[in-house]
Amino acid sequence: MKIANAVLPFAVGGFVILTGIGVYLGLFNSPSDYQQGDTVRIMYIHVPAAYLGVMIYGVIAGSSLSLLIWKHPLAELIARASAPVGLVFTFLCLVTGSLWGKPMWGTWWVWDARLTSMLILLFLYAGYIALSNAFDEPGRGNKPAAILALVGVVNLPIIKFSVDWWNTLHQPASIIRMDGPTIAMEMLTPLFYMLGGFTCFYLMILVIRLRSEIAASKLRIAMMSGAMASNPEADNQQSASEPGRREMEKVGG
Amino acid sequence: MLGRDLRLAYRQGSDVVLALAFFIIAASLFPLGVGPDPKVLAGMAAGVIWVLALLSVMLSLDRLFQTDYDDGALELMALSPVPMTLLVLAKSLSHWLTTGVPLLVLAPVIAVMLNMPAEGFLPLIVGLAVGTPTLSLIGAIGAALVLGARRANLLTALLVLPLYIPVLIFGVTAVDAALAGLPIRPHLLLMAAILAAALPLAPWAAAAAIRTSFQ
Repeated sequence: MKIANAVLPFAVGGFVILTGIGVYLGLFNSPSDYQQGDTVRIMYIHVPAAYLGVMIYGVIAGSSLSLLIWKHPLAELIARASAPVGLVFTFLCLVTGSLWGKPMWGTWWVWDARLTSMLILLFLYAGYIALSNAFDEPGRGNKPAAILALVGVVNLPIIKFSVDWWNTLHQPASIIRMDGPTIAMEMLTPLFYMLGGFTCFYLMILVIRLRSEIAASKLRIAMMSGAMASNPEADNQQSASEPGRREMEKVGG
Repeated sequence: MLGRDLRLAYRQGSDVVLALAFFIIAASLFPLGVGPDPKVLAGMAAGVIWVLALLSVMLSLDRLFQTDYDDGALELMALSPVPMTLLVLAKSLSHWLTTGVPLLVLAPVIAVMLNMPAEGFLPLIVGLAVGTPTLSLIGAIGAALVLGARRANLLTALLVLPLYIPVLIFGVTAVDAALAGLPIRPHLLLMAAILAAALPLAPWAAAAAIRTSFQ
């Protein structure tokens, strides 16, 4: 937690500065594409979002592995805290991609391999979050969710190589290549700033969410030990859904 | 183990029959929904059959572990000297024999109902024969993960269906390739590869998931 607290100011600063530079360069100081015009600037959001969506899944899978093998409590927190962030970035990637696809490909959506595998990633995130919250006992869902995360890793190489294996509308990789990037330097620079800025943003959110998760579990323990006699089930995570469930039970029985 | 599950499934035959009845009834909804035009139906026959096969396998997944989990039999099996992965494998196999194999038999009937051209039959059947065991195996992971969860059935759908997509894609493209006169071998080999990967890995993951449910 000390490390996390030390990282936070750098992450916030890095996010503000790098994203600031990236947005400035991307919007005002980079050439528009000779075919695509100004819509190419969607790339500066689309690519970092896609990269983070995939990378955060990797983080979740890695910490799930260490949760299952070493039972490290922090790994569980990191995975839980990262999942919604990854879901949002994957969604953002799909939305910006769709907005970009409309003027370029003439369609909002095509069922090609890259798009479909990204959609599967979105579903995997949703399944992960749903499974880890599906149990009445807090913490009971962590291990099943970790196993699901590891099963879903199959999808990551499919996303990465989908543009090479299948002949698709989506362009093949143009940054990480054996023979160097094929993007013009003036476009690559803001893209890298944005990638760095988005990563810092993820770290920032992760630290904030880790803090709140730790605070929540402390609160839960305090409430459990303090209010054992009156209501052993009261914990702050369930309190939000509790009234709704009571009502449903009333209606049902 | 396999024999026990098969006997149970046979004696409570209604579960199996329900899954198959769902398969047939849902298939007969499509001509009513999109109109009885033979060309339209022929074009979507393979997709419809595959999607319905996915759904009926998925609907019968709760039979896999849930009842044994509820009455505690699963815990006893976990304590027995037989390794958990083998148990899961046996249970998946019996699930496939009671769901996948009947689907194989019914699929040509549905294909005729949906006016599928004759060239598509062989890849459809072979594809289902290779694909449905994979569905049972992947489904075993999903069914094991949701043990003890709230609204387990809906959750299984959310977890399992995304993982079923590759099987669906290759199953349908095999039939499409046959109808277009292209070779079907690559698609079927890819499905066999998925099965070969799922055969050792899925029981392992499902066994780990079952162990976490005994806390």
